[in-house]
Amino acid sequence: MSKRFGAVVALRDIDLTIERGAIHALVGENGAGKSTLGRIIAGGQRPDAGSLVVNGRAVRYRHPSDALRDGLTAITQELTLVPAMTVMQNVFLGTESTKGGLLDGRTQRKQYAELDETTGFGIPGHLRVAALPVAERQKVEILRALARRAELIVMDEPTAALGKDEAARLLTVIRRLRDKGVTILYVSHVLHEVLAIADTVTVLRDGVRIRTAAADTQTPETLVAAMLGRSLNVTFPPKTPPGRDADVVLSVQRLARVPVVKPTDLEVRHGEIVGLAGLVGSGRSELARLIFGADKPSQGTVAVDGRTVRIRGPHSALRAGIAMLPESRQEQGLLTQRSIAENITLTRPRQVERVGFISKHAETKEVTAAMRRVDVRATSPADRVATLSGGNQQKMLFAKWLFANPRVLIADEPTRGVDVGAKRAIYELIHRLAADGLGILLISSELEELLGLSHRILVMRAGQIVAELDGRDADEEAVMRAAFGTLSEHAVATGGDPR
Amino acid sequence: MRGYGIVLAFIALFVTLSVASRPFLTWGNLFNLLDQNAGVGIVAVGSTIVFIAGGFDLSVGAVYVIAGVVAALAAPHVGAGAALTLGVLVGLASGIVNGLLTTVGRINAFVATLATATMIGGLAVAVTNGAYIEVSDPSFTLLGRGSLGRLTYPSLVWIVFTVICAVVLHRTRFGRYVFASGGNQEAARLSGVRVGVVRAACFALSGLSAGLAGILLVSRTATGQAAGASFDLVVLAVAGIVIGGTSILGGEGAIWRTILGVLLLAMIGNGFDLLNVDPNYQDVVRGAIIAIAVGIDAWARRSSN
Repeated sequence: MSKRFGAVVALRDIDLTIERGAIHALVGENGAGKSTLGRIIAGGQRPDAGSLVVNGRAVRYRHPSDALRDGLTAITQELTLVPAMTVMQNVFLGTESTKGGLLDGRTQRKQYAELDETTGFGIPGHLRVAALPVAERQKVEILRALARRAELIVMDEPTAALGKDEAARLLTVIRRLRDKGVTILYVSHVLHEVLAIADTVTVLRDGVRIRTAAADTQTPETLVAAMLGRSLNVTFPPKTPPGRDADVVLSVQRLARVPVVKPTDLEVRHGEIVGLAGLVGSGRSELARLIFGADKPSQGTVAVDGRTVRIRGPHSALRAGIAMLPESRQEQGLLTQRSIAENITLTRPRQVERVGFISKHAETKEVTAAMRRVDVRATSPADRVATLSGGNQQKMLFAKWLFANPRVLIADEPTRGVDVGAKRAIYELIHRLAADGLGILLISSELEELLGLSHRILVMRAGQIVAELDGRDADEEAVMRAAFGTLSEHAVATGGDPR
Repeated sequence: MRGYGIVLAFIALFVTLSVASRPFLTWGNLFNLLDQNAGVGIVAVGSTIVFIAGGFDLSVGAVYVIAGVVAALAAPHVGAGAALTLGVLVGLASGIVNGLLTTVGRINAFVATLATATMIGGLAVAVTNGAYIEVSDPSFTLLGRGSLGRLTYPSLVWIVFTVICAVVLHRTRFGRYVFASGGNQEAARLSGVRVGVVRAACFALSGLSAGLAGILLVSRTATGQAAGASFDLVVLAVAGIVIGGTSILGGEGAIWRTILGVLLLAMIGNGFDLLNVDPNYQDVVRGAIIAIAVGIDAWARRSSN
């Protein structure tokens, strides 16, 4: 089976067999393709090539409800419950029993009692979902999957929002489901959990299936080794470390937004590229947003070139010289229906104003220069942004943030959804910006990228920076180990919650 | 179609009416058309800006009414000029209230402006006690009844207001922020745009436009009254905006489009009158055109994305 999203290949000729009544785990780095595969199986997405065979029958799902009819369903990280309705209403949403056209409450309550006995959850059915904590809501999703007579449940990072005890309880429930004959596809990056619960483990890397083996033949180390990739055919410009006397341009102290980001300190010097590594949910983007003022911190300070700045929002961050290239360009970066010129000048329109009005002439001149600086390929600054390729859109966003003349640039996933050629161009751009004296905080889920560009790497896990590695002698394994947090490290480092 | 369907429609209608009705294509009729729609036109221009910013203003009808009432009540005490200015300022003030409700108050625009519309409408009735407020001062009607050659002052005010708004929207930093706030609020915010402030300013402008239109009316009729436009005015203004091609979802549009839309609707009415069509059918046709225009706009957006 294969699947690509634009220029990015998510799944490459994957063959996978999942046995009935087993817990089959799917592991891999961010972007390895595990969530995509899970979604395709449950009917949320269609593959570009390949086939899906369920119970010996070849199927083609156009919609999750098609998959549901065959007993396949998914529980994702984004909970899909209706908060205003009760637990029972949610559980039977779409499968309500009726008598004579009206809802049959008595049958429903009986069915709910049966489900409750099977799972042992003990959640009163009349409670409103909005009143339940996340751990309980996840259980409601499981109940719903069972009510829909699911034979295979894809669970995507089910313990991501749970504490240690709740996670252990959930694993017990999952084992019980397996014993009752339900098949589980367990997608997760919490390796010790995976090994504790799964019967079989499959490792994906860059959209390719690397290995499928019985869980008891694997250890966290062997799994991590299989997840690491050989490098893509992208080379990196040679690193030029910041000068010995380079001043600190960005200083963050005790910045926090509990519980997602714990009190954090970090520093970036002029000309330095600091990489921020970590798994999804470790708090990297959240930390970046706090620094930029996109979210309000509960405590902490930010200083630029030694001066503390009151970050009341992105506008004051920009004025202080901090710029941030956000994670999702579609949702957070682009005005897709407007022109390139309008997008680029948005961060500092004053630069193209003459006597209070925007001068088309000045705008064209400045924007063309900005486009050339980052190598945006487009016919003219008046082109609509929607017509640009992903790589060009991303480069344009760089131009937009550089237009504000920042001293610090936070780049969150700068090459997401960008083809190899544009990636190389962006790497060179980042390198050049640092060489010009900009301080750069780089967030990326692609380890090669982080290692290839950064002078220093900070690894985050569960909202804290847990390791600092020198860019010269850091390697993938060291970063991964810190990011995943193998058990031995916990005992030594924190003695606290491994999550 | 995404761009210029409205221009074609406008020209087509203009030509059709010119052919079908002799009196249509006369200076008298055309200047009259402009004059009669100056009020709606000014309100529509103000509302266009609110739409582009991603908001919605249902209170323009009520503000239109109360501005006139306030001006009429104040005239004997402060004189015509001050009274009319006061009416406009009342519009501005109510716009600011809307702005605060929707930003600081976090109430959605539809509900907030509906609430202010109801309150202001009620206020107008309370203040006038349901009676007409006649103004006897002849200087009061200079603005509403005067003209520059064949171009009436209200028409002139409409033209000037339109030009100013167009320049602000399409040629200033503020205008860029308006488009950004409506087009992608989060991206705008992350680009340093104070979305709340921008939106509030747009509501203020919308209120001002309604106030301006209101005093022009009262200056012509010399009679302030609480009964009046209210939601009909809103529908007419919104219809003109939407037909012109400005999207109600925000982020896109232009002032010239609203002008064409308003005039197109006006020509329909004018044509019906000149051709002696039953006035009952006008609303039916108007409503149908709005549905079609919005449908085409939505379809064009989806297919080009």
